[in-house]
Parts: sequence; structure tokens; C-alpha cells
Amino acid sequence: MTATNRTGAPPVRDHSAKRRWVGQSIRRVEDPKFLLGRGGYIADRVTPDTLHAAVLRSPHPHARIVRFETAAALALPGVHAVITGAEAAQLCDPMPDFGPDPARHTWRCLAAEKVRYVGEGVAVVVADSRYLAEDALELIEVEYEPLPAVTDPERALAPGSPLVHEALESNCAYERSFDFGDVERDFAEADVVIRDRLRWHRSGGQPLETVGAIAEYDPGTGSFTIDTNTLSFTSYLFMAAATLKVPVNRLDIRPVPAGGSFGSKLFANKPAVIAGMCARKTGRRVAYLEDRIDNISNCDHHGSDRVYDVELAMMRDGTMRGLSIDVIDDYGAYIQFGVGHHGNALAQVVGPYTIGSVRYRVRAALTNKNQQGAYRGFGSEVNNWMLEQMVDKAARELGLDPVAIRRMNFIRDFPYFIPTGNVYDSGDYERVLDHALDLGDYAHWRDEQRRLREQEGRYVGIGVITAQERSVFSATEFWFWFDEPGAPVTSTPESVSLKVDATGGITAVLYSCAFWGNSPETMVAQLVAEEFDCSPYDVSVVYHGSRDGLPATGPGGSRTTVMLAGAVEGAAVKIKDKARRAAAHLLEITPGDLEWADGGFRVRGDPERKKTLGEIAIMLHLFKHSFPEDVESGLDASKVFDHPYTTMPSADRKDLGVFYPFVGHACHVPVVEVDIETGAVTFLHYAAVHDCGTLVNPRSLAGHIVGGTAQGIGTALYEEFVYDEDGQLLSSSFMDYLIPTAMEVPELIIGHVETPSPYTPHGIKGGGEGGRMMAPAAINAAVNDALAPLGVRLTELPMTPERILAALRAAGHAG
Amino acid sequence: MAPETRTISLTVNGQPHVAQVEPRRLLVDFLREDLGLPGTHIGCEHGVCGTCTVLLNGASIRSCIILAVQADGADISTVEGLAQGGEMHPLQDEFSEKQGLQCGYCTPGMLMRACEILAENPDPSPGQVREAIASNLCRCTGYQFITEAVISAAARMRATKEEAAP
Repeated sequence: MTATNRTGAPPVRDHSAKRRWVGQSIRRVEDPKFLLGRGGYIADRVTPDTLHAAVLRSPHPHARIVRFETAAALALPGVHAVITGAEAAQLCDPMPDFGPDPARHTWRCLAAEKVRYVGEGVAVVVADSRYLAEDALELIEVEYEPLPAVTDPERALAPGSPLVHEALESNCAYERSFDFGDVERDFAEADVVIRDRLRWHRSGGQPLETVGAIAEYDPGTGSFTIDTNTLSFTSYLFMAAATLKVPVNRLDIRPVPAGGSFGSKLFANKPAVIAGMCARKTGRRVAYLEDRIDNISNCDHHGSDRVYDVELAMMRDGTMRGLSIDVIDDYGAYIQFGVGHHGNALAQVVGPYTIGSVRYRVRAALTNKNQQGAYRGFGSEVNNWMLEQMVDKAARELGLDPVAIRRMNFIRDFPYFIPTGNVYDSGDYERVLDHALDLGDYAHWRDEQRRLREQEGRYVGIGVITAQERSVFSATEFWFWFDEPGAPVTSTPESVSLKVDATGGITAVLYSCAFWGNSPETMVAQLVAEEFDCSPYDVSVVYHGSRDGLPATGPGGSRTTVMLAGAVEGAAVKIKDKARRAAAHLLEITPGDLEWADGGFRVRGDPERKKTLGEIAIMLHLFKHSFPEDVESGLDASKVFDHPYTTMPSADRKDLGVFYPFVGHACHVPVVEVDIETGAVTFLHYAAVHDCGTLVNPRSLAGHIVGGTAQGIGTALYEEFVYDEDGQLLSSSFMDYLIPTAMEVPELIIGHVETPSPYTPHGIKGGGEGGRMMAPAAINAAVNDALAPLGVRLTELPMTPERILAALRAAGHAG
Repeated sequence: MAPETRTISLTVNGQPHVAQVEPRRLLVDFLREDLGLPGTHIGCEHGVCGTCTVLLNGASIRSCIILAVQADGADISTVEGLAQGGEMHPLQDEFSEKQGLQCGYCTPGMLMRACEILAENPDPSPGQVREAIASNLCRCTGYQFITEAVISAAARMRATKEEAAP
């Protein structure tokens, strides 16, 4: 607790009001259209006159592009255009990014001079159909001059490595070491230092729907209209506009429902830019819909790929004192989000524990792989895994119980400022732990573990992890890395307009917010219903396009529900304020004598004298002359809800300020069996308890917990984008990139604890990423617990059968 | 030069169709683009994920790796045929009740596979449902609520059948 930046906290809210809709597991309002097969996904919007684009991908991990031969492709009937990377560089400016030095690691929608990973686009064909476009791709000849490739992050940082970007003169895009608190003292005073080296390989969101965009360009107005399942934040629309070389107010990006994202459609501007470029070139409506290989190899959204050297300073009684982390992150060929993923880690770097100091050294390596983007957790899930591994190792080396060591180090007083300066707003970690041990039938499984080991020779393990679930990021985490940041932005708003029509029906307009498989419509409908006492099923929700939208940052970092709740609340206050004045006028009473109840305003002490919202709305819409001169017709309001709790980093960066303040918590308790002959891991039991503050729709959150855990199982056991030493991507289809099926995912026993945030509407914290932020750590812990009698510990994810067997062999067990 | 085409006749959701198709045209593209039935989605395009599942003569197939000409003479069922007379099929209704969907993208394939599962076994155990739907990937739900939905729909369908029995 060394941070001093304690100012800037918002007022503590009163959450005592009874809630009618928030907290109910209502059926989702989104569902009927999807169940009927009328989802309106991007591919469903292809019209008969739409042309199709297909991208030619590089077969080389690293090569100079010497020459193109496109005449045969262009001559194919039905082909409208062939655009090479060199031509694309004329038609489009580079893709803007948040990397450390964009001018020296330039990223384009198609590679212009050299390719930097297998799968990188080098040309695009536009044709009457996808079939013809793919025919034409085969007729394009590209001459490459292959260059040596590097796919190992540590080799990439070593002298003499091939350079991914010559202009950078190094493959280290970023390096800095931060000290938070008195690290030297805590390590000097420690009884023991626990050390480990840990390796997390890259996986990714891989939604079942790939990224796609359909673009039209109107030369008469110079305007683009691009429908896409990705999202370009309204607030950052200038980035896509800059690439397309069009003014921001001539670009309308319209969100369409996405068949899953998990982060991987965040800011995925490239397909929209390619479709836009092709539409302007051909004068036609053009669809670019990635195929699966595009999405695996060229999506710009691979997840974290880290090598850790970690030290945890401990006292012999189990007290955790200090943490020193040295991490290399393999970003691939470009670095669009900078090292923001490590901001996520720093938001909750000490987990739920009273660790007093942290040293964090991060090096961003560039290699010949597809670049990192966002995947559910955005790097914080990796930190959770690393820290829980260290805690388990400490327990083992000190001979302490893994549950007891966690419990004794828990933070108990809130709000709590961690050494990096971020705040944990609230929590009750012991309650979560106790509930999870109860649901996990922990004592029973410890007995079973012993019995099965002794009587049947089976290796059963129990993982217990307690970890954080930060939510609602501030923009500062993308620039506090630099002493002189290029763009030290401080806004991360979200906006909602509420419109009450003449019949009292309510429409909520969301800006820069897409349906990504989360439930924004259900959340907003429940929140609006809570404000106005209507049925959530009577609320209509509209996704507004970007061009004339209000400021909005969109989904990401588990911010949607909290931020939409603030915007709905703010807009509702304005509407009720006007409605109160109107009702007071109609009832000939002063506004202060009215109270809101049952969907309208009534006179305090005389509840029969009242006006419903519908009665007020029809008067405001249609009977202007029944009101004083200054009352405008209609009943609508907008709210731009800014991030409720951001404080600035200190100049010396010893305190990063508050940048991820609403911090949930979870405990996962999986029980696994490891087959030491085959290396297979199966689940015998799995309990998960999450605390995301006040629940809006418990069933919906439970769905996120199970789904996120399923992805975490993939991360822990199966999923990996494997690049070989030569740079070839070995897992470029779902044949090799293994997503868990219903047979690999166990039934979860789910529990909820609710400690409301003191700072958010209703006390909500974000919870959309939690399952995946916990499961990899928990499953690794369980596998290690199972193999402890053999002296084997897995320190690398995913724990494929090969890796488990190799670890067994290394410890002298035949396997 | 116009591409070579073949004439196919088939029934889709009870409606007969006669169409000219290129021999290489995939069934999923034929359904989505030529017949205007976009409920069948494309996921991986190599027959792994099951997103494009439809029923061909009652059996589930992956419409992304079968050609439209191979469906000549067949009876095809897609998600668009499930709801009848404005009423959701019990499977659709239970998917909504149990939140057996999130993004909805795998849902049509999952629903068609579930139809086949319940036609073969009207009273499956949760374990049998899990094993059977392992043919289809879902990236959102972790399968738990899908399994619950199929089990409850099965109970409702059995009850309806018993009521209808003489």
C-alpha cells in the first residue's frame, strides 16, 4: 500500500433501493431472431449485386516482395479488380496503432514491400463471387525473396536476430522496468525468495463467425458506408478514416451482430478498410468476409505469448512481501495496442493479496507471427495464472496449505490501493473462497484424492485459485508506459439516448456498441425497465452507426454493462426531470410534491392523483400548447457517461493512478485426473464462484462464466497457434487448433457472491471475461496437485498430452 | 463463357425447388444465397465445427463440405423450417429459456443436430446429449445450458407426443 494518489474517488452510492428487474434472470431479448435463423450477421447482408473480395496470403514468414504478375487474374471473366500491396499503399495510408513507435513498425492493410508472417495479405481480388475471386487468387504470381525468420521471442531479442522491422533496428519494440513500492527492502527482509520460469503460449478468441465487412462508396458525396461485425470506437473513428483517407464525417461504420468476438473483433479495422478500398476502386458494393484460415493466420488478434521469470519474496510463515516480474511478450510482427495488455496485468498484479511492492520489467519482442490483439482477459488472465502458480509453489516450498496461504494474505479493507496505484473498490475474498470450497466439496475430494491414489494408483488433483477480475478500463493504461506519450488521452466514455414516444414506448440508442454475443440489449432493457417500471420486453434497442454518433468506446475490458448502466441512469434522470415538470403542470402542483412510483409521477400523500409516463409522453409530444412556452415538444434525452473513476499517473510512474477500479474476484476449484500413461486430463468436478458486484442477469453471467471457463480449458489444455522454427503456422485450421467440445468441458457448479461496488450504478462490476481469467490458473494448479507425488510440475500452457508426458519423462517417469 | 451448370430438384423445409447450379457450388451457399435462407451459417469451411449443419433426409450433414448437386433429390431441413405457424419449436423455446445461446451463430446448426438427436432418442441423459452435441462447436456457452435446453425440450416433446397419442 504505497500509492498515495487517493483523490478523485467518486461519491459512494446508496444501493439500498429495492430493485425489480436488475437481478432477474429474464430471457434475453436478443434471442428470438437468432433462434429463427434471422440473426442478420454480416454474411447475411450480401445482396445479389455485392462483389466479393478474397485476399492472397503470404506463404512465407519473412520475405521481400520482388514482383507481382496479375494480368492473368485480371483477365478472368467476372474479376473486377486486383489490388496488390504496393497499390494498396497508394490507396490507403498505414493502419494507425497504439504501438511505441508507429513510424518505425508500420502496419498496412496489405503488406507493401515485405511480408512478416505466414498469412499476411499481399493482394486482394474483387470478383462477382467468392468462387471467382479465389480462382483469380490462384492466377496471381508473386516472386518473393525469402529472408530468415524468427519465431522465438528470446532469440528475437538476442543480437544478430533477423529484424522484423529494419527501421526499428531491433526486435525489442518496448522495454521498461517499473518499481512500485520498496521492492529492495521487501526482498532484503524476506526469509525466502520463490523463483520460477513460466511459459504461456498463444491462443485466440476464434469465434465461430470470422470478421467481415461490406462497404459502399458514394462518389457523389465522397462517403463510405461500411457494415461490419467489428467495432471502430466512435471516439477513435478517425483511425479507420485516416487509413481510408476520408474525413471522419464521411465514414459511417455500422455495427451488425457478431457471431462471437471474445475481444477478437475489437478494433479489427483491417477487413473494413480492405472492403472500403475495394468498394472505392470498383464503384461497387464489396464484401470482404474472412475465411477460417484468414481468421486464424491474419486476424491481428492472437493472444498473449509470454515468457516469465518471477520472484516472490516470502516470510517463512507464509506472508507475501514483494513480487518481481520479468516478462518477455512475443507480440508478433506488429504491435497495434502497444503493451496495453500489461496495463491489464498491472491493474491487478498482486491479485487478492497484500503484497507490498512490485517490480515489473516488460520487454515487447517482435517476431514473424501474426500480431497480438485482444482475447478475453487482455493479458490480465496471464498475470492471474503466473501469480497463482507462484503462490502454489511458495506453499509447496514452505510446506503450507495452498488454501491457508491464500487466506492469510487476503486483502480485507476496501477501497484498497495496490502498489501500482490502481484501486480495488470492494470485495469479500474469504466469502468467495468459502463458498467455492463448499460447492467444490473440497474436504470430500481431498479424501477421495488420497483414497484413489492409495487404493487405485490414480493421479487426482485439486486446484484452488483465488484471483481478480478487473473491469472498466481507463484510457491511461495505453500511454502511462511512456514519459512523453504521443497521445495521452483521458476519455473512455459511453453514451445512450433514450426516446419516449407518444405512446410511452421507450427506445434506447446505443453508440459504437455492438452485439458480440454478450447481451447488451438485455442489459439495457433491464436497466431501462428498472428506471421506468416497464417490461424489459417493451424496450426497443437500436445500435447506432458511427458517423453522427455520440462519444463511445464500445465493449472491451468488461466495461459494457457498467458503462451502459451509467448512461441509462443519466439519460433517465433527464427524462424524469422533464416528465416531472410536465406532470406537475398537468396536475397543477409543484414538481417537488411529486414522487416517481409504478411507472409515473403521483402526488405525495395522494397517490390517486398521478400521471403515467405514457400520459405525460402523449401530452409532451402532441399538445405543445398545454405547457408553458419554454417546454419543448417530445421526451428524449442523451447521456454521455464518462469513466467514473480515473486518476492521473504520477510523472515518475511510480504510481499509475486509478485505471481499472471495479475489481471483481473469483475462486475456481477444479478436480482433475491425469492419466500418466497418455497425458490426458479429465475433469471429475468443477466449482466456480464469482463476485462481480450486483448481478443484472445471473443466468447471463453464469453463461459467461461457463463459456469463459470452456475457453480457459482450451487455453490450459488444447489451444495453441503453433509456429515452427521456420515460421510456418502448423495449426491453421480447426483440425489442428483444438477448441473444446461438449466432451472436454465439464458441468460447472456455479456460485455468485455479490459485494456491490460503492461507485457504480446499482453496484455493478464487469464480469464478461471472468471464466477465462481464472480457468487456466485453476487447471494448471489441479494438474500440478495431481502430479505432485511424482515430483512433477507443469510450468507451460497449454498442457498438451505431449508436454505432460515430457514432464513425466524428465522427472524419470517412463510415461 | 457461362459456367457449366446442372439442374437439381430438391425439397427444402417442405418446399420443392428446381434450380440450375454450378457443379462446384456448395450446398451452404446454395441454401443461403440462391434460396435466401441465411439461417445456416458458415464457421470453418472444412467440416469440423458443425455450424453449417442441416438435415438431409433426416440425417445431419455439414453443408459446407457437400455440393448442392449431391443434394439432388434430397429432402433438406434447415433452421428456418423449425418454427411452425408463428410458434417456436420446443427446442428453440428451451434454448431461449435456458440461455442455450449467446451469440447465436452456432445455434441453427446446434438446433438441427438436436432435432436429429431427439429423433433417434427421445429421452437422452445429459451425458448422452453432451456426447452427441460434441459434433458441433460452440465458443460462447461452454455447452452446459445447451445440454439443459435439449433435455427440457425432450421432456416437453415427449409430453406432447403422449397427449397426442390415442
